[in-house]
Amino acid sequence: MLEKAKALGMTEDEYNKVKDILGREPTSTELAMYSVEWSEHCGYPRSRALLKLLPKEGHYASVSGADAGGIEIEPGLTIVFKMESHNHPSQVEPRQGAATGVGGIVRDIFTVGARPIACLDSLRFGPLTEPRARYLFNGVVEGISWYGNCLGIPTVAGEVGFHPSYSGNCLVGVMGVGVAQSDKIASGAASGAGNAVMYFGNATGRDGIGGCSILASQEMTDQASRPTVQVGDPFAEKCLIEACLEALQTGAIVSMKDMGAAGLTCTTCEQAAAGGVGMDIDLAMVPLRESGMEPFEIMMSESQERMLAVVQAGREAEVAQIFQKWGLHAAVLGRVTDDGLLRVRVREQVVAEMPAQSLADAPLYELPAEEPKGLAEKHAFNFSAVAEPQNYHQALLRLLQSPNIASKEWVYEQYDHLVQINTVVRPGHGDAAVLRVRESQMGKGIAVKADCNSRYCFLDPFVGAQIAVAECARNLVCVGAEPAGVTDCLCFGNPEKPDRFWQFKRAVEGIAEACRFFRLPVVSGNVSFYNETPESVIHPSPLIGAVGVLDDVQAAIGMAFRDAGDAIVLVGQCLDELGGSEYMATLHNLETGRPPELNLERELNAQKLTLAAIRAGLVKSAHDCSEGGLAVALAECCITGAIGAGIELPDTIEAAANIRLDAVLFGESQSRIVLTTQPENLPRLQEMARGVGVPLSYLGAVGGERLIISDNRAGVLRPVVDAPLGEIELAYRGAIARLMS
Amino acid sequence: MHFGIIVFPGTNCERDCLHVIGNVIGESAALVWHEETDLSAFDALILPGGFAHGDYLRTGAIARFSPVMESVAEFATLGKPVVGICNGFQILCEAGLLPGALRRNAGQHFLCRDATLRVEHNENQLLQMTDIGDVLTLTIRHGEGSYIVDADTLAAMEANNQVLLRFCEPRGRVTPEANPNGSTANIAGVMNADGTVFGLMPHPEAASEGVLGGTDGLYIFRSLLKPLTTNRARTRNSGMLNTNPDEVDLAYLSPEPGPR
Repeated sequence: MLEKAKALGMTEDEYNKVKDILGREPTSTELAMYSVEWSEHCGYPRSRALLKLLPKEGHYASVSGADAGGIEIEPGLTIVFKMESHNHPSQVEPRQGAATGVGGIVRDIFTVGARPIACLDSLRFGPLTEPRARYLFNGVVEGISWYGNCLGIPTVAGEVGFHPSYSGNCLVGVMGVGVAQSDKIASGAASGAGNAVMYFGNATGRDGIGGCSILASQEMTDQASRPTVQVGDPFAEKCLIEACLEALQTGAIVSMKDMGAAGLTCTTCEQAAAGGVGMDIDLAMVPLRESGMEPFEIMMSESQERMLAVVQAGREAEVAQIFQKWGLHAAVLGRVTDDGLLRVRVREQVVAEMPAQSLADAPLYELPAEEPKGLAEKHAFNFSAVAEPQNYHQALLRLLQSPNIASKEWVYEQYDHLVQINTVVRPGHGDAAVLRVRESQMGKGIAVKADCNSRYCFLDPFVGAQIAVAECARNLVCVGAEPAGVTDCLCFGNPEKPDRFWQFKRAVEGIAEACRFFRLPVVSGNVSFYNETPESVIHPSPLIGAVGVLDDVQAAIGMAFRDAGDAIVLVGQCLDELGGSEYMATLHNLETGRPPELNLERELNAQKLTLAAIRAGLVKSAHDCSEGGLAVALAECCITGAIGAGIELPDTIEAAANIRLDAVLFGESQSRIVLTTQPENLPRLQEMARGVGVPLSYLGAVGGERLIISDNRAGVLRPVVDAPLGEIELAYRGAIARLMS
Repeated sequence: MHFGIIVFPGTNCERDCLHVIGNVIGESAALVWHEETDLSAFDALILPGGFAHGDYLRTGAIARFSPVMESVAEFATLGKPVVGICNGFQILCEAGLLPGALRRNAGQHFLCRDATLRVEHNENQLLQMTDIGDVLTLTIRHGEGSYIVDADTLAAMEANNQVLLRFCEPRGRVTPEANPNGSTANIAGVMNADGTVFGLMPHPEAASEGVLGGTDGLYIFRSLLKPLTTNRARTRNSGMLNTNPDEVDLAYLSPEPGPR
């Protein structure tokens, strides 16, 4: 049995613990159940202690703890959201892996009774010069497109990054967003002895057995893991959404949970444990896709598009009828009991019996953490030895073509980002997507965004993770939304290695501190460890998803420069910072130094000023400076607006008088936002900035058909970039398509 | 006017159409499950977008056998309009209620983007509120939107003014560059010979409110509301939207001999 336990990914200690709980040798079904439920993917034994640091309170009332948490945007109306990864399956089979990632997160949303209204994706691959990376990128985007489009849920925002650390381990973080009546949020806690335990959706097959314990909770190796990848059926999921929401309306559903990782095991024991009750189920009642399935296979299967619910006794037929109308299975597997035991039978024969709570309480491990070697040298790197570019125009064009910066049109055009007709700011048009919420009585909308700069996190996971939170919030502010809540999807290497665990620990501490400071609750999340191969480990990637609220969705703004003559101003300071920049990586092949400094107070003030100015109607466009810095931000505003700009970097540009020009143009100092305003509103804007002590510099004016940047800091006008719109647009828009064709 | 919106399992734009008809143009509408057969309550039918039956086998191939489809065919013979949008268009082609078929986009990928469409004929129930040569901006959202039809049928359709919308440049020129999906002769919207069944790939319901960035879709919904008068084809002689139909490259439009 011990050998069997090890093959299932358990340690000897864990095996002994199971024996202690049961007071006997476990059956093979019991062993399988503990192995999946105590895996990192389900029970978080290695990360749970640290996750307690994350704040749950903020400006808006929040709900957390269920399959997906949320924030209440107005009395009675809650936006539910969560991000989850599907990295390992996507690396093995990109199309199905990504598709079932979408399926899983969407089920988490409607499980709690929310209608899914949007999806976002955070993706990471190796460099697109590698054929394998292109294959994975193409397959993942196709999988998201195929599954998400069919569901009729718009995929409205996200981010894509490319770096060699992801060559052996791509990342697919999918965020789902839904809207629910606050008082109708469904429970995940079973109750009421005698109530029915019901199974809905697709039949159970052998796909995905051990997906969470073997595939997702170990390092990737070369051995074929294909059979552990689940296979998706978006049509079944679409029908399941409609049927579940209809069934929840009847009031007969006591609790519900989706069968994702660890399938039936997870949904039975977690619902029972949450409600302090037991369950007795008969596996002979489970709709099966294949004959001859063993009990442990049925309990571990990760077949997709399945739900497990507790239904009020006597209303089973009424609920079953709804699922049958949608062409889905509905079966009563057993009953809720009051003995706290999870009893699994095949007809009369008991194949597993254990306290439900013992499965849900995974062991807790304290792991050693140690700063990775070589980080201190990186921090001490002296950039003065790196030459400034001879030709800034060419340098800008190279940055605009970098797949990390270039337009992601090739990706988001494959996603239906408009279905449900709520998309007010579309992908590529603003720093975040904006959706109207038709259920709002007050005309409110929400903004959504996902972000993470993994290079910063590699150089300093604490600061990098804080920047991920800050940039997400800043992006929301740039479309006119007040940041309201956060979800996280923490992707790291093998936590049993102290340097990897240190990265994780520092990142969680960073997120916790930043969220506390910004008063953003972390309403939900997911941890994905073991993202490494024997050859390489991913950069630490705490992917952050965020939701903000617009009091008036009609007042949303985009990033595009709009009218000739509008004044362009910069909120914030340019510092002498080049560490961790896309510019250093792309033009100098250097990934070193410290990431840009983040001063939480300066960041919050810059956001508050921008939001107040947008709400006062003073701002026509807003775009934050991120990868590629100020010059890239200006180019993006020109390209999306199809209008040029004339910029003179003044000697008054905040703190930038004496720093090297490449740091001013391409450095990635935080807390900076490019705004445009009508010239007559400029004095008011300046006054507001002075009032809150936020630096604001006048840069130039919108107009013409070229982007012209001149350095006027020394009092001598020196043109450094003079590019026709067509040239920068071609570089920016076509870059990814050219690499993929 | 009372609209029936047909819902197949997998349809996903039914609520969008319901919202626009009910809340934007202020008419009444009801969802009709694909197993129903009595359509007598309705003045017009919409087959909305989505993935009926998951698009399994082929788009529309299973949906055409739904019980409601016989009633839809009968409905059209009464002279009342039937409009298929995107997946609805695909279903109407599969059901033989419209000529031609829709294949995988030439670029192989699903495409979600704004498209500009030139009005080719307006003496019909779908476009009577527009003028010939008008350019409408609507979104396309499809993986299988490449319209194909054999040369003889196309010639007959052209002669009978059944080609209603073509993909064009923003100022109205119909060019190969403006064709996003490889459709024969840039065709994006057609009708049957009787002028009762309409199909179009772009989504008018997604372009019917200013907050979403455009309202050109309203021309189509408002056209459906008005009784069709025996009006002559109008061509607008001024205005930004207008273009000269002579700019169409006729050599480009003549169809290649397609597969039969």
